[in-house]
Amino acid sequence: MIKLIFRFREMLLVIIIAILLAVFSTRAPGFAKPGNLANIFNDSSILIILALGQMTVILTKSIDLSVAANVAFTGMIVGMLNATYPDVPLPAIILVALFIGAILGAINGLFVWKLNIPSIVVTLGTLTIYRGMAFVLSGGAWVNAHQMTEPFLQAPRHLFLGLPVLGWAAIIIVTVMYLVMSRTFLGRAIYASGGNPTAAVYAGIDVGRTRFFAFVISGTLAGLCGYLWVSRYAVAYVDIAAGFELDSVAACVIGGISTLGGIGSVAGAVLGALFLGVIKNALPVINISPFSQMAISGAVIIAAVIFNARQERRRGRIILRDRGASEQIEVVV
Amino acid sequence: MSTVSEKRHIPDQLGTSASRLFASWETFLLCVAVLIFIANSLASPYFLNAWNLSDATFNFTEKALIAFAMALLIIAGEIDLSVAAIIALASTAMGAAAQTGVGTFGIVLIGIGVGLGCGTVNAILVAGLRLPSIVVTIGTMSLFRGISYIVLGDKAYGGYPASFAYFGQGYVFWVISFEFVLFAVSACIFAVLLHATNFGRRIYAIGNNEFAARFSGIHVERIKFILFMLTGLMSGIAAVCLTSRLGSTRPSIAQGWELEVVTMVVLGGISILGGSGRVGGVVIAGFVMGLVTFGLGLLNVPGIVMSIFIGLLLIATITLPILIRRFRYGRAS
Repeated sequence: MIKLIFRFREMLLVIIIAILLAVFSTRAPGFAKPGNLANIFNDSSILIILALGQMTVILTKSIDLSVAANVAFTGMIVGMLNATYPDVPLPAIILVALFIGAILGAINGLFVWKLNIPSIVVTLGTLTIYRGMAFVLSGGAWVNAHQMTEPFLQAPRHLFLGLPVLGWAAIIIVTVMYLVMSRTFLGRAIYASGGNPTAAVYAGIDVGRTRFFAFVISGTLAGLCGYLWVSRYAVAYVDIAAGFELDSVAACVIGGISTLGGIGSVAGAVLGALFLGVIKNALPVINISPFSQMAISGAVIIAAVIFNARQERRRGRIILRDRGASEQIEVVV
Repeated sequence: MSTVSEKRHIPDQLGTSASRLFASWETFLLCVAVLIFIANSLASPYFLNAWNLSDATFNFTEKALIAFAMALLIIAGEIDLSVAAIIALASTAMGAAAQTGVGTFGIVLIGIGVGLGCGTVNAILVAGLRLPSIVVTIGTMSLFRGISYIVLGDKAYGGYPASFAYFGQGYVFWVISFEFVLFAVSACIFAVLLHATNFGRRIYAIGNNEFAARFSGIHVERIKFILFMLTGLMSGIAAVCLTSRLGSTRPSIAQGWELEVVTMVVLGGISILGGSGRVGGVVIAGFVMGLVTFGLGLLNVPGIVMSIFIGLLLIATITLPILIRRFRYGRAS
C-alpha cells in the first residue's frame, strides 16, 4: 500500500498538502476551513494556469523562462487598452490578451523550432526583451485602479458557488489542458517528443513543430494570466509577476514533471502549484517573515529535483549514465 | 544540458592559419568592438577621455570575472544560473561581518569563502548527485538570494571599513583600476588553464562527447565538481569587488547578472551546446558589452531599455552563426 502511494506522485503530494494544512490549522484555527481553502485556491489560480503552460513546454524537453515577462507585457497592454479605450468590451480585451500572449509564445517557439536554439537561451533573452518592451510601452508609468473600468476589474471577483470567477477560470483551464494532454494528437505528441525525440520522429511526429505549439500554449496561458493578474491586483506596472517564471518551474518540478521531458501530468502541475500556494498563504499565518518565501521555494525546488531524480533512476538500470543512453530506455508505467 | 543535436559540417581541408584568423569569431567581435567604440565617440563628446574610459571598464570587469569561469562550465556542457545569487549571499555575509567589526582582510576572506561554499553546494548537487544543472541552479539561485532576503529583509548593510573600498574603487596606476588589473590577470590565468593545460583539454572533451570522455578515462564528475567550485569562487571575488565599489549591500544586489554573464559568454563565441569557444572571445565580448551599456548610459538610455539590447544581443549572436551556416551549407540540419 505504502509502495503504491509512493509510486503515485500525485497521491503523495495530496497527502503532504493535507498534512501541511493540518499542521497550519493547529497554529491558526480556521486555516483549513472551506472558506479559507477556497481563498488559497483562488490565490493560487494564476500560478496553476502558468504552471500548466510551463508543464507543456517542459514535457517537450524545453523550458520557458519568459512566462512572467509575458504576463507583465500582456498585462500592461490590456491595462493601457482599458484605460485609453474604456468602451472596448471585456471579451475583446481577453481575446487581445490571449492573442498577444500567443504571439510572444510563438516568437519563442519559432526560434526553438526553426533555428534549433536551446530554449533556455531563447527565453532568457526574450524574458528581458518582453519586460523591457513593457517599460518602453508604458514609459515606466503605472496603470492604476481608478483608470480601469468596473467590468474589467470586477470580472474575476464575481462569486459563483462560493468561488470567485478567477478560481473557476483555473478549473476550466485545468480541464481543457487535461483533455488536450490526454485526448488529442497534440497532447500525445508533446509527451512523445519529450520522452524519446528519436522515436517520435519515426512515429511521424514533427518534434520541432510540437515544441512550437507547446510554446504557443504556454504563451497563450501567460497572456490570459496577464489580464487576470492586472484585474486581480488592480494595477499594471513593469515589474508585475517578477520572478514568477521560477515559481512556475518550481510548481512543475514539485509536481513530478521531469525536466528531461516526457514525464509528468496535469494533476502533478496543479498540485505543485497548490503546494506553493499553501506555503505562501501559511507563512504570514504562522508568523514567518514573507522574505523567507524565496529561500523556502528554492529549498523545495532542490529537494523535489533530488526526489524526482531518484524516482526516475529507479526505473531502469544504466551502467554508464548518459542522457542519450537513458533516453533509449523505454519506460513502461 | 541541451537536447539539440546539431550536425557539424566537416570541411575537406582546414584553412590556412591566416584565413582562419580572419574568419574567426574573435576577429568579427573585435571589429564590432571597434565600431561601437567609434560610434560612442561620435555620439558623445565626453566619451574619449582616459578617466571616462577607465570608468567604462567598471561596467564589465566584475561580470567578466564570473564569465571566465562560466565559459569553462558551458564548454563542459553545464550551466550555473545561481552566480548572481551567490554574489548576493557573499555580499550579505561580508556586510554582516563588517557590522561585527571584522577587518578588511577578514571581510574579503569571508566573501570569497562564501562564494566558494555556494559553488561547492552546486557542485555536490550537479556533479555529486548527478542532477540537471539548469534546474538545480535555478533552485540554488532562489535559495541563496532567499537567504540574503531572510537576513536583510528590506534593510541594507553599510559601514564597511575605509580600506575595503580599494577593491572596487582603487587604482593601481594612473587610470588603471584594481578591478581592471584583476580582470586582465584572471583572463591570462583562465586562457592558460583552458588552452594550455591537460585540464582544459579535458573540459573540451567532456563538452564534445561526455560519453567518449568517460571511456577515455576522464573523471567527468571530478572536473565538473571543480568547475562549479571555480564558478562559485569567481562569483565570490566579483562579490568583493562589487560590494567594495557600491559600499553597501542590499538583497537585490546584482539582480539579473546571471543573464548578462551568460550573454557575455555566448557573445564571446562559446557554444551554448558545449565543446567549443575560447577565452579570448569572452574578453572581447566583455569589452563589447561594457562599451554598449556605457555608451547607452551616456545617451541617457534607462537601464531596463539597455536590458532589451542585451537580450537582443544574446539572441542575435546565437542566431547569426546558425543562419550563416545554413546560407553557406544549405539546410542540412
